[in-house]
Amino acid sequence: MEIDAASVHYRDLNEEINRVINEGVKHIVLRNVNGQRFIGAGLQGSDIKIDVYGVPGNDMAVFMDGPSIEVFDNAQDGVGNTMNAGNIYVHGHAGDVCGYGMRGGRMYVRGDVGYRVGIHMKAYMEKVPTIVIGGTAGHFLGEYMAGGVIILLGLEKRPGHQIAGDYLGTGMHGGTIFVRGEVDSRRVGKEVGIEKPDDKEYEILKKEVSEFAKVFHLNFEEIISTPFVKLYPKTHRPYGPLYNSRWVWQRE
Amino acid sequence: MMNINRKYSDPRDTSGCGLVGFINRDGQCVDGSYIKKSLCLMKDRGNGLGAGFAAYGIYPDLADYYAIHIMMDDADVKSKVEKVLSEFFLVHREEEIPTRANPFIKDPPIFWRYFVKPKKEVMLTFEGDDDLVVRAVMSMNNNVSGAYVISSGKNMGAFKGVGEPGDIADFFMIEDYRAYIWMGHTRFPTNTPGWWGGAHPFTILDWSIVHNGEITSYGTNRAFLEMFGYKCTLLTDTEVVAYALDFLIRQHKMPLRAAFYVLASPFWKDIDIEGIENKDFAEALKAMRIQYAPLLLNGPFAILFGWKSGLVGFNDRIKLRPLFAGEKDETLYMASEEATIREICEKPDRLWMPRAGEPVIGMVKEGV
Repeated sequence: MEIDAASVHYRDLNEEINRVINEGVKHIVLRNVNGQRFIGAGLQGSDIKIDVYGVPGNDMAVFMDGPSIEVFDNAQDGVGNTMNAGNIYVHGHAGDVCGYGMRGGRMYVRGDVGYRVGIHMKAYMEKVPTIVIGGTAGHFLGEYMAGGVIILLGLEKRPGHQIAGDYLGTGMHGGTIFVRGEVDSRRVGKEVGIEKPDDKEYEILKKEVSEFAKVFHLNFEEIISTPFVKLYPKTHRPYGPLYNSRWVWQRE
Repeated sequence: MMNINRKYSDPRDTSGCGLVGFINRDGQCVDGSYIKKSLCLMKDRGNGLGAGFAAYGIYPDLADYYAIHIMMDDADVKSKVEKVLSEFFLVHREEEIPTRANPFIKDPPIFWRYFVKPKKEVMLTFEGDDDLVVRAVMSMNNNVSGAYVISSGKNMGAFKGVGEPGDIADFFMIEDYRAYIWMGHTRFPTNTPGWWGGAHPFTILDWSIVHNGEITSYGTNRAFLEMFGYKCTLLTDTEVVAYALDFLIRQHKMPLRAAFYVLASPFWKDIDIEGIENKDFAEALKAMRIQYAPLLLNGPFAILFGWKSGLVGFNDRIKLRPLFAGEKDETLYMASEEATIREICEKPDRLWMPRAGEPVIGMVKEGV
């Protein structure tokens, strides 16, 4: 079903999306979207697919629990805020604070992302949220990360530009960040270790990157041929000693 | 495609301020319908407690005169205002700023504009025209209770008040003005009052500022600027930014980019990293950080800064407020959200997310 979102207020639009889904519609195409917030907020149902044409507003897919949303343009701030399950594919770039507190599901962004992406992501048992970024990222990528996977590809990185911003993984105490190429260790949080991924981790990487390449029609072999580095938390309690001097600094 | 019911015409859930501005580098003017349309898209970022516009190029026939926009609580104040004005200026023309009644704008103050030239005989030693205007504005804001200078530049003006962006635009008949730089703001007041004088933009001479965020260093900045005769009277943190830029760029003749390195100075650790490759630049950054330490702006902010020849957008050093930029032909756009730019600019040539602490600068071409 197609819905014309031209100059429709976000609450009207989201009510309409909910209404047609309750009536049993599984595939919705939104045309002329421009700035409407909260598209797909809290939606459930892994068989639901929403195609977005135009620029969706902030907090797209907030608390989403199952559906897939594909954006054929750029997305704004807060994509996938605290989402629990489902898939997000953004063909352009995405703004700041995407994947904040993400608990599960998958987010692929073809272009760059802004600041504070994937902060405080978490994982539990089979719930492993995954973000793959085709371009570069701003400061604070994966800050306070507690679980999940972030893969940063830097495909069209311009000379002289960093693939990731400052404070990469600061406060990280779980999860993994994979970066294609090198990272400037001065820009990485002091709670973070840098290593080469092992074979098992390369399997995860290959699986996600090949899926990413398929979605956006990219050359998988070319992308994976550049070596990756792995960023991991040195400890699960980076700030324990700050609050209680009896706790010792534990290293894994 | 199906059309859907529209039920929510006046929602009040909120997030933060919204700002938008654009400049045509060829000096081509457009009417106010564009800024209104783009700002209205961000209506939900504000909460109806303040909206405003700044426009450059709106008084081409009176471009040699300072256009003093004054907000007055009631008509009784007017004689006091005119007494102060006549002390400093020769008034060439005066008129009420045209407004249109709007059902959502309750009890507006009255707005008057005066086109003036400074009186040479009242200038102090070493005082130029601009200095006299600043002194007059400070005197008016400080000494005439119930009167506030909203803008005081040449060939430009600010229009602002308490209301939703669309209503404030209608109230001031913004569509009737034509400008080559437009700035707009919708407000969600956090820790200062939502009153008419507190709406953005804030201006002095032809510098104007719209701002999303909080200047937590307001007290320090204000104390420093007061030593140089700037008096903050509008009860809002943003005011200091306008005065700080006037101080740095006009009084201390600082290059534009340098002024922003004072306000959003790089962190010490970044200056050290910079110093490895570019020692002279790092030394300059250090010197500015020390010399102008009281003007460092702390807290989260995205700010647009306009004057007769340019428009600058800049962020705090870790980008705690959104800012987005776009470009099409000779027009540079900046806004809190990408959709705001796309609303008035189909198929932009370039769209990007500016980096924290790095100003985006659009200048009118030389000779235009």
